[in-house]
Amino acid sequence: MTTFLGMPALPAFGSGNLFAGESFPTAAHRELGNAQLRANLGHATHTIRDKRQAVVAELPDWEQLRDAGSAIKQAVMARLPELLEEFETNFTARGGVIHWARDAREANEIVAGLVRDTGETEVVKIKSMATQEIGLNEYLEEQGIGAFETDLAELIVQLDHDKPSHILVPAIHKNRTEIRDIFLREMPGADPALTDDPSVLAMAAREHLRRKFLTAKVAVSGANFALADSGTLAVVESEGNGRMCLTLPETLITVMGIEKLLPTWQDLEVFMQLLPRSSTGERMNPYTSLWTGVTEGDGPQNVHLVLLDNGRSAALADEMGRSALHCIRCSACMNVCPVYERTGGHAYGSTYPGPIGAILSPLLTGIEAEENNSLPYASSLCGACYDACPVKINIPDILVHLRSVDVDSKRGKKKVPSQMDVGMKAASWALSSGKRLGLVEKGLPLGRLAAGPDRKITKLPGIAAGWTQSRDIPAPPAQSFRDWWAKEHRNAGGAPGTPGTPEAGPSRTPSPDTKETPQ
Amino acid sequence: MRIALFATCIVDAMYPATAKATVRILERLGHEVVFPSGQACCGQMHVNSGYLKEAVPVIANHVAAFDTADYDVAVAPSGSCVASVKHQHPMVARACGDAALEARATAVGTKTYELSELLVDVLGVTDAGAQLGSYFPHRVTYHPSCHGMRLLRLGDRQSRLLRTVQGIDLAELPEQDQCCGFGGTFSMKNADVSSAMLQDKAANIESTGAELCTGGDASCLMHIGGGLSRQGSSTTTLHLAEILASTMEEPASVIGEVRVSTGKALR
Amino acid sequence: MTAREDILSRIRAALQDSPQAPQIPREYRAASELDTDALIELLVDRLVDYKAQVAVVPEAEVPARIASLLDGARSFVVPEGFDAGWLAGTGDDGGSRRRVDSPAAPLSVAELDGIDAVVTGSAVAVAETGTIILDGSANQGRRAISLVPDHHICVVKAADITGILPEALGRIDGTRPVTMISGPSATSDIELERVEGVHGPRRLDVIIAR
Repeated sequence: MTTFLGMPALPAFGSGNLFAGESFPTAAHRELGNAQLRANLGHATHTIRDKRQAVVAELPDWEQLRDAGSAIKQAVMARLPELLEEFETNFTARGGVIHWARDAREANEIVAGLVRDTGETEVVKIKSMATQEIGLNEYLEEQGIGAFETDLAELIVQLDHDKPSHILVPAIHKNRTEIRDIFLREMPGADPALTDDPSVLAMAAREHLRRKFLTAKVAVSGANFALADSGTLAVVESEGNGRMCLTLPETLITVMGIEKLLPTWQDLEVFMQLLPRSSTGERMNPYTSLWTGVTEGDGPQNVHLVLLDNGRSAALADEMGRSALHCIRCSACMNVCPVYERTGGHAYGSTYPGPIGAILSPLLTGIEAEENNSLPYASSLCGACYDACPVKINIPDILVHLRSVDVDSKRGKKKVPSQMDVGMKAASWALSSGKRLGLVEKGLPLGRLAAGPDRKITKLPGIAAGWTQSRDIPAPPAQSFRDWWAKEHRNAGGAPGTPGTPEAGPSRTPSPDTKETPQ
Repeated sequence: MRIALFATCIVDAMYPATAKATVRILERLGHEVVFPSGQACCGQMHVNSGYLKEAVPVIANHVAAFDTADYDVAVAPSGSCVASVKHQHPMVARACGDAALEARATAVGTKTYELSELLVDVLGVTDAGAQLGSYFPHRVTYHPSCHGMRLLRLGDRQSRLLRTVQGIDLAELPEQDQCCGFGGTFSMKNADVSSAMLQDKAANIESTGAELCTGGDASCLMHIGGGLSRQGSSTTTLHLAEILASTMEEPASVIGEVRVSTGKALR
Repeated sequence: MTAREDILSRIRAALQDSPQAPQIPREYRAASELDTDALIELLVDRLVDYKAQVAVVPEAEVPARIASLLDGARSFVVPEGFDAGWLAGTGDDGGSRRRVDSPAAPLSVAELDGIDAVVTGSAVAVAETGTIILDGSANQGRRAISLVPDHHICVVKAADITGILPEALGRIDGTRPVTMISGPSATSDIELERVEGVHGPRRLDVIIAR
């Protein structure tokens, strides 16, 4: 993006791993064909769904916590510039160093530069969505710096040269046997007698990473929260790999989106109740680490934070979509999503899959980037995500909003309108008047003709073919309700409530007949 | 009470029996039903597909048809259409900067009820068998549609009514809160995913051994019924209103006017 | 324009509609109403659920309890500020088994890796979530010592147990290096099945002193 000196900068879209390279239906078609994947996903999402429900039900004030969480995030968005400056002041005063990155490329360069300054060629990493979003590992690799993922699931994915498919459980698409095989194939020195028992596999990961933790000089992390009033950063984790990275190395580099702020220390009490229960379905995650700049004699003495925009300012500029930035990456929405459950995360292309990804990715990149305009349609709008969201992001409403942004972005640009465009326009005409709908309904008997003797329509052309690929349509009735009502009414001798006269007022019903006529 | 029926476009055109059943239930309770003839559609298909501009005349038409003092409350046998009237109409009007339409849409939305909501909350129906004479001697399972469940928060209003129908054998549907995969144009744009969701819903329905699956939304039932039919299943779908309207003397007919049931098994 | 100025200016441009920060509704629970016995019972229940081992003992019996837990340990580390009286039962003051970590003479990571166990105090605990919070005070020491040894023995005083998280965080200075611990290290990364013991201490013993 180009900026002119002295001109106010405009919100800018992000780059990095945020794009669907192929349209969602195409990718979904492929993923749906993988029966093992569907079985793994179904098992995992149901397990975590049940756990979440149980621990959420334990809290008498869950809804009050959600209300508070939602309001706090709304306040953060409204006050973002001042809160960022306040955080910067406090973090810096305690010996931390802040860097600002407009986009993925800039963030990668900053991190690589900081690693190079230490003279090291290896870093240990804590699972972080921000660094996945900017493609940090790949960039560091290009620069001759090895980045080692230490979260078990990230390790599995990295060893398998695969991509994460879930933001909390990146290897959710793999079962234990597949994981055992990856370890045997890719983990140097793995015991050939390794079983597929999860605890045995976890121990293998411990052995594999122990040396790295104890000798690493540089760690890279993300952050779950940043408290403006104290300059404190927080990482929420389970395995202790986070504590290892945050405590033992000399240098710690954290990459965090600018939206992760919370105004005050007190706000943490809300989010630390919302996050663990929503994500892993636990009352509390095993480990949470908090650090404020540098503490002499305890932990890294060289502490950096890269504040990342990468399209967040553009998302913020969308008044309807802005609240997508409230997301605390708990993954509750994907665990309850019937679409995610069947396609998995890879179908979404971007680092952010599931319902939140379907809104966040196009908000960060702009609706016209690659195939991201297909993402907002990857939902039946069932609303399960909104109910599960701990900060009450109204994902269905934002999905609908982004669909309209997509439709509007194409208006007047297409030489030939799509079937959908034509259909919607025609339907708008027919459905914006009772009289016109009544006229269309006069054609219903034609549909009966099309249905044939078994009274079902089994094949439709064009976009409607999607419907008849797995569903019949019943033969339409001989007479619409509207027609029936008007005729009954005339027979009863009441006021003329005919379908042809939309201006006719409501009319008293005759006693409706009770039986359909067999055809 | 004077009750305006919003038949909804799909019921009007495809499932007139559902609208007739709705009328019958309300009249049985002694209320007067009117049918504002200017009505057509709530416009949710347009809104949900992103065609806001095209949705506006549809919404304006609905508001014009129902924005009158000629009735006390409006009712529709559809959770999603009522949710659209209540939530989407004011939202779209606001998005288009039409404050007058927004205010009128809000007023209409406030007066509009989903059928079970009206029956339970306003008309005080607690026992369908006793108060409506509902009689339906069949094994039935019930799918609570997403919009009724999550947008209107209908809770157990529909299932409570069903449970009190005389003669009914209500089988609980496993994973009932899972979406059937309809989602309007979703079922066409993402036909593969929609079909996968439908498959699971159909399997759950079949597992109950029910003769038919009921619910409060004709569109979801058309989707589920269409899937069951394609799979050659003997299970069909029937709108909740038709079960409630069914009595010993006048038993419910099968959706689509295909045949009349005379109290025998429906298929 | 620096990246900082650029980003701040982009955000200001994005907020041209001047959204108002809402009043935060804090109607969630600020405190629990449990008495000490109930707090201890709840904390024990939650810790056991996480597969931590818990003992509730009178304060006078803490030394014996620590000693017995350290029975099989070839070596253990304590922070310099740890109550020496509590180590009385280990029969090893200044011997080679007990290592003391202090700001003046911190143990190296390699040394910590060779030590079997660590004994610390704690700042505050949350009964409802089974969480113990360390804030780096003298009786808890720096973060590395409670991380690298594989067995963590942690003493929680009954007076430091709160009912719910807001009460506990209210007692903590967030600018200290804080670690919140809820059970031993664990993962659910394989088929969402919880497995205790990965990189952090695989064994967590909690002694509640009342």
